[in-house]
Amino acid sequence: MTLLEVNDLTVQYGDDVVVDGVSFSVSCGESVGMVGESGSGKSQTALSLLGLLPANASTSGSILFDGEELMNKTSKQLDAVRAVRVGFVFQDPMQALNPYLRIGKQLRQILLQHGPATRDMADARVAEMLKRVGLPDVERQLRAFPHELSGGMRQRVMIASALICEPDLLIADEPTTALDVTVQAQILDLLEELRDDTALLLITHDLGIVAGRCERLLVFEAGRLVESGATTAVFAAPDNDHTRKLLAAAKRIDRGEILKPADGKTVLGVEGASVSYRDTSKMRLHAVTDVSLSLREGETLAIVGESGSGKSSLVRAMLGLIPMRAGRVVYAGESLEGPVQSRATAQRKDLQLVFQDPVSALNPQMRVAALVGESLLVHEPNLSKEQRSEQVIAILNKVGLDESYLRRFPHQLSGGQAQRIAIARALILMPKILICDEAVAALDGSVREQVLDLLRELQRESGLSTIFISHDLAVVRSMGHRVAVMYLGRLIEVAETSDLFSSPRHPYTRALLDASPVPDPLVAPIAAPLMGEIPSPLSPPSGCVFHPRCEFAENDCSQDRPSLRSVGGSRVACHRADEVELSYSRMPSSPTKNE
Amino acid sequence: MKKSGGILIFILVLAIVGPWLSPHDYVSTNFDSILKSPTISGGHLFGTDILGRDLFVRTMLGIRVTLLVAIVASLVSLVIGVTYGAVAGYVGGRVDAVMMRAVDTLYALPFIFFVILLMVAFERNFLLIFVAIGAINWLDMARIVRGQTLSLREREFVDAARLTGVSTARIIFRHIAPNLLGIVIVYVTLTIPQAILVESFLSFLGLGVQEPKTSLGALVDAGVNQMEGASWMLLIPAALLALILMSFNFLGDALRDFFDARQSR
Repeated sequence: MTLLEVNDLTVQYGDDVVVDGVSFSVSCGESVGMVGESGSGKSQTALSLLGLLPANASTSGSILFDGEELMNKTSKQLDAVRAVRVGFVFQDPMQALNPYLRIGKQLRQILLQHGPATRDMADARVAEMLKRVGLPDVERQLRAFPHELSGGMRQRVMIASALICEPDLLIADEPTTALDVTVQAQILDLLEELRDDTALLLITHDLGIVAGRCERLLVFEAGRLVESGATTAVFAAPDNDHTRKLLAAAKRIDRGEILKPADGKTVLGVEGASVSYRDTSKMRLHAVTDVSLSLREGETLAIVGESGSGKSSLVRAMLGLIPMRAGRVVYAGESLEGPVQSRATAQRKDLQLVFQDPVSALNPQMRVAALVGESLLVHEPNLSKEQRSEQVIAILNKVGLDESYLRRFPHQLSGGQAQRIAIARALILMPKILICDEAVAALDGSVREQVLDLLRELQRESGLSTIFISHDLAVVRSMGHRVAVMYLGRLIEVAETSDLFSSPRHPYTRALLDASPVPDPLVAPIAAPLMGEIPSPLSPPSGCVFHPRCEFAENDCSQDRPSLRSVGGSRVACHRADEVELSYSRMPSSPTKNE
Repeated sequence: MKKSGGILIFILVLAIVGPWLSPHDYVSTNFDSILKSPTISGGHLFGTDILGRDLFVRTMLGIRVTLLVAIVASLVSLVIGVTYGAVAGYVGGRVDAVMMRAVDTLYALPFIFFVILLMVAFERNFLLIFVAIGAINWLDMARIVRGQTLSLREREFVDAARLTGVSTARIIFRHIAPNLLGIVIVYVTLTIPQAILVESFLSFLGLGVQEPKTSLGALVDAGVNQMEGASWMLLIPAALLALILMSFNFLGDALRDFFDARQSR
């Protein structure tokens, strides 16, 4: 039975059409994935269903929900549908929950608003719902404010609030994009488990998420619905060029070429690095603890870990952007000391960084020519204006842009173009080492692929050594010669890429692999491999910092802190690395029930 | 922005050119035409005051003085405030703490008391008005600039500049200052009306410019005394004052929108 039927839906802001004649339907109890790149109109479509668009949007078409026309209803009339019949989970629960209301009160209000419930009945229902979404210690959490919960817990509360009235349709707009991959797996499992016969409309840019979890797919491009069909059919034989492009850009962690290890000599090393911050209450936050790593010539060393694992702090301290509390950095046989301003010009020139968000890393008041060419003023002061601009144009060509971009400001660039400019700025000094801090995380699939290709090509051409920080294991697999895994500021495993992906030695590494979604409907998602979330670095667990979440933990693990040691070809910090046989569950070498 | 800017330019041109076109001047008294109401035929466009002086010319002079005081005082506060705030914000740490506590201390001084002390100590003096107003306004400017600098200092493009080897001075002038520009320009257009109000207030109290020179505030003061018999003496300068204030406020708002739009995508 059809629950939702959308016909010829169009949304526009002035003359700007963001959703263009979209028609689709959702049956009762069905799970439908809406995929597309940013700006493709998927969120706008979802918001328009419940009349949640800003006032300057104009909509037309028809939205039949359970036989009732929702288009052109007033907000008051729609209230009978919102929350009661259609629940909504937003991307960022911190934005969607009221920061001034306690969790219990916030959820209770939904019930009181929409039904004849009494306060006591409502409270009981709220407590029950929070238990179902897996909130620990519900009595206490009822009185908590949103900011007192972790990101994953907040999203659980959000899901509880969306499901509390037992709606017929649940719309989830990028519900896990702001979360770490192990928490993402938990939340997706939870959605699956709780929704029973509620239909699900799951909006995401990540094909890996919809592949194993949605029955049907709707593919959006530039405001249009370009393809729809059963998930397996769409993945197996896409009809549309754009769908093919999306599928091609979706990286897999279970197959694809892996780079052969590089065997150059060590160019950059860091020994015993520790970084800590002092927070407002004078507590020491240990962001990085005793990390030693080395980078070989011509190699890409990938550093992976969830947010809060200290990846960024480590490289920032190596570059001298933040102070290192202990340890030292050795570059080309010389020790790099002090903040970046006090380092020798030649040393500064050789180490460059590409930031995650190109928009904030480019000065909004400078044009591309100045942004890219500025460092030449410092390092090559004798160049004439013409020579300088020649070099800038040459490097722009190298990153796939031409001189027409010279006079643009950063806000006139797309995300991919801005990241290319940031890479060009880093490369114009011909550095020996390029550090990419989540350099592709903010980019859409197809653009991300282009930037990754660019980085690989630059490395082949000029023998650049790269440190590549990422939380996305599929990207790491295609980029890294070696991989270092960090957890709570500590290095827990270092291995060659092929070893790490086929036989992870640390339980956390294995969990990361298992939690990473695979964009293939034939590979069933693995149930969330890890419970809980990364603990606060203000009070790290005793012993092995991973032991509270580890299924193999024994008594020793909570007392002795393991240090890195060689097991097989890898170095791993785990007491039980020799005893416990781990393997990535989806590896072709170990065929499983999923195939 | 265009409308409020246009009005301001029109008023400014009128204030500069207007007195030349009039046969009267601002000093000469004429006891034959005391308190004449505004007429075109009588030659007194805005009427005359109690001493028979032409109010059109005096009002134009008042606008000149008022705008001059406001703009100079704002520039004084701009130069002191931006330098002080940017240094405190970028250097940070103990220097920042000491510099900002000094600002807090100055904030605590009662303004009128401060001005009266100045007047008593140095006699009444046109220059003192600039000093008095500027001395108040730069405190706000310094706080705003410091706050902005603190957040700009942490932005990634500053880190990127440090990595590529750009010097500290160049970072401040080339990377931080241009990003302050938007908010500083906006803030200046908002401090100008503030300075106008303060000057009017001082003149109203008799602490401002001295006869026979005048300002809009002094004219309003004179107008209040003759309010019942000669309402034009109050209404015309008061209306012009309000028009100027509103134009600056609207201009400031429009500039803020303009810079915000450019910063965001």
